[in-house]
Amino acid sequence: MSLLDRFRRTSNVADPLVTALQHALAPDRVRNDGAERSLASHDASVFEGGVSGPVCFPTSTDEVQRITRIAVEHDRGIVPRGAGTGLAGGAIPLGAPIVVSTGKMNRILEVDIENRVAWVQPGVINLDLSRHLRPRGFHFAPDPSSQQVCTLGGNIANNSGGPHCLAYGVTDAHVLAIEVVLPNGDVVLLGGLDPEPGGYDLRGAFVGSEGTLGIATRIAVRLTKNPPAVRTLLLSFAETRDAAQTVSAIIAAGIVPAALEVMDQRMTVAVENYVAAGYPTDAAAVLLAEVEGLPAGVEIEADRIAEIGRANNATGVRQAASDEERALLWKGRKTAFGAVAQVAPDYYLHDTVVPRAALADMLEKIYEICERHDVIVMNVFHAGDGNLHPLLVFDARVEGTLERVHAAGAEIVRASLDAGGVLSGEHGIGVEKQGYMDELFSDADLDHQNRLRQAFDPTCRANPGKVLPMGHSCADIQALRAVPTGVWG
Amino acid sequence: MSSLTSADEALHAFAADVGEADPIAVEGGGSRWQTGGVLHETARLVSAPDGIVDYRPEEMVITVRAGTPVADLCTALAETGQRSALPERGGTVGGAVAVGENRLDLLGRGPVRDSVLQVRYVSAQGDIITGGGPVVKNVSGFNIPKLMVGSLGTLGLIAEVVLRTNPTPPASQWFRAAGVDPVAARNAVLRPSSVLWNGSSTWVLLEGHERDLEHEITALATIGDFAETEGPPAPPPYRWSLPPAEAAALHREVVGDFVAAIGVGIVHADTAQPTREVDPGIAVVAERMKTLFDPTGRLNPGRNPNA
Ligand SMILES: Cc1cc2nc3c(=O)[nH]c(=O)nc-3n(C[C@H](O)[C@H](O)[C@H](O)COP(=O)(O)OP(=O)(O)OC[C@H]3O[C@@H](n4cnc5c(N)ncnc54)[C@H](O)[C@@H]3O)c2cc1C
Repeated sequence: MSLLDRFRRTSNVADPLVTALQHALAPDRVRNDGAERSLASHDASVFEGGVSGPVCFPTSTDEVQRITRIAVEHDRGIVPRGAGTGLAGGAIPLGAPIVVSTGKMNRILEVDIENRVAWVQPGVINLDLSRHLRPRGFHFAPDPSSQQVCTLGGNIANNSGGPHCLAYGVTDAHVLAIEVVLPNGDVVLLGGLDPEPGGYDLRGAFVGSEGTLGIATRIAVRLTKNPPAVRTLLLSFAETRDAAQTVSAIIAAGIVPAALEVMDQRMTVAVENYVAAGYPTDAAAVLLAEVEGLPAGVEIEADRIAEIGRANNATGVRQAASDEERALLWKGRKTAFGAVAQVAPDYYLHDTVVPRAALADMLEKIYEICERHDVIVMNVFHAGDGNLHPLLVFDARVEGTLERVHAAGAEIVRASLDAGGVLSGEHGIGVEKQGYMDELFSDADLDHQNRLRQAFDPTCRANPGKVLPMGHSCADIQALRAVPTGVWG
Repeated sequence: MSSLTSADEALHAFAADVGEADPIAVEGGGSRWQTGGVLHETARLVSAPDGIVDYRPEEMVITVRAGTPVADLCTALAETGQRSALPERGGTVGGAVAVGENRLDLLGRGPVRDSVLQVRYVSAQGDIITGGGPVVKNVSGFNIPKLMVGSLGTLGLIAEVVLRTNPTPPASQWFRAAGVDPVAARNAVLRPSSVLWNGSSTWVLLEGHERDLEHEITALATIGDFAETEGPPAPPPYRWSLPPAEAAALHREVVGDFVAAIGVGIVHADTAQPTREVDPGIAVVAERMKTLFDPTGRLNPGRNPNA
């Protein structure tokens, strides 16, 4: 069937499911054309094989509830979708489920300074919230590099992190309450504005559950006061190992900076070509360290960090002299992924965590693995958390490349586990790492994770076929993946 | 790898002790024995294994068995200038995690629920289950550790946890003033570790570098006559949890003597908190959770954190 045929076929047939959805929302907010569904079948990962059913654009909790009830009646899966920037395939629909886009649920509902929370709809963009709060002296602490586009619903579903989560904690620490439409259509409020809401911490279980426990429709996030003083240091090293060791030494000295980010030479060169942020291109690695708080403590810690860097062979230590210089350094760091496009057309961004003390060895291992598989690797990562982001760059048009990229990636993941680490620090499991789950967890461990999931979703309706591997999932993953494109009208 | 090795004999012995059939409960320090209901007398009492398994100050993580007294944990951490979020009141680590109550200086220490990175528990089926991971950042699968914090041992009997630790600040001092607005005091400083209020006096705990403290004291002086004091007031017996703004608006005429953690919402009062309605939708999920984890209801029978 040609693409055009498929488009005609899928858009014109009066499917009772589509009719019901259009009736419940508005005809223009339920899309069933091939173009929209193809868009909804992908996220920012390299994974193919997603098949989307109708794509809905609700504007309220009430509409999400109606969609969910229709999904129950028609026995269809349901997949929440934010900006689609996820890197583990979390938002990729399997088995032609209804896709619920939060794109039109993007209002900041209330800023409650007294309780230091903001109530937001899930489609609010991360950076928009912090911009909105800035004049009042607050911000939302988790700052993923994708913050200009990713949504708070996605942040919550993936328990996202960002450079400044080292001191402040990842998304989970900043979410107090979540209104959720459960997979059976019930609307509940998980957590609360009070510190010990009592009962099982279902809020905590929901954060990081990758859309498999229901759809977040309203979220209470914690506001963080903007610090009066900030110091940003740039340390350069002739050896990558020294940068990694400096990171371990800073933490070991009892300093928890706001951020500790490392980039290797290939990355700084790409960044400099892209935005000219002022990074030295002759260093094997650079460490961007930021401390914030009150003026005196910030001075003391910045000096200590510089000292520790020098003791670990830093070849250069520079402190950003102005807000502009500081902003430019961060711009370089946060556009790193955009910068790689000049190196090769495609990239695969990995995400694993190792104990901080293992960073130096792990980096060497990554270079060795990639060299062996003849794949170019660039590193930019949240070093303070031990959260590695090896970026494998390639040209997918060259035959056999993708296979080598996957082989190298698999070795990197396994090496991280061998070093005492875990599968993912912030991108989640999605479909990407399902196959590794049994290397980190026992059968009984996975069985208990499935129990948690089933308590929320006994029929396995929400984002079916994700996170838990075959044999431990309540969904029939094989059947979900077997649904060919265009089967569902 | 976080999977359990057979070498971990203490945990295997605990699992064997728990078995898979009869009603059972873990005896901790007994400091919160009545929380969440009265234990059925049919329940057999067991003790969780104790001892510090692995402490890596440079990683800021510690692996500790559930039966270890919190006091021992504190001592071990203090030797390397660190501390944790767990409250010290004579109990065990497992008990503190299972109850999930926070310290009054939560602003400085962080909540208990954020400090548990990995948990190992013995399930109702007698298996040792691992949830989470031993590193400070992790989204590998469902968040079992969060579920265990505050579960009162009704979903699994906690055997071992990996906790996040934190450096102890170089300087620390309590201050007290009468007749000031506690919310203004909280807002005057950047990161107080605790602000307590009893309806007439305000206590503020400042921690950090010596010179930062001087800076914060100057800020406090603009709103009241704060003087150094020994420590926080003794908290009345009943524990409440309120949105921070409500805690700041409490009156003695209504609740009797109280000590409220401003900016947090934990309140200790002379009277019990009025019972809160459990949302029926939440109750369904919570009950299903209990049934899935513990089909025969053998774990801590009589206790229910969701009631
Ligand atoms: C260039 C780039 C840089 C990135 N940098 C970072 C980084 O620094 N740190 C980091 O953590 N991640 C990073 N990411 C990954 C990604 O941006 C985050 O995971 C982000 O939180 C996803 O948000 P989203 O709105 O795009 O969600 P989507 O990709 O649309 O969805 C992600 C998951 O959330 C679920 N979901 C979405 N909305 C809801 C809802 N309302 N209720 C329930 N479930 C929902 C989906 O089903 C899916 O499982 C980066 C990605 C890119 C492309």
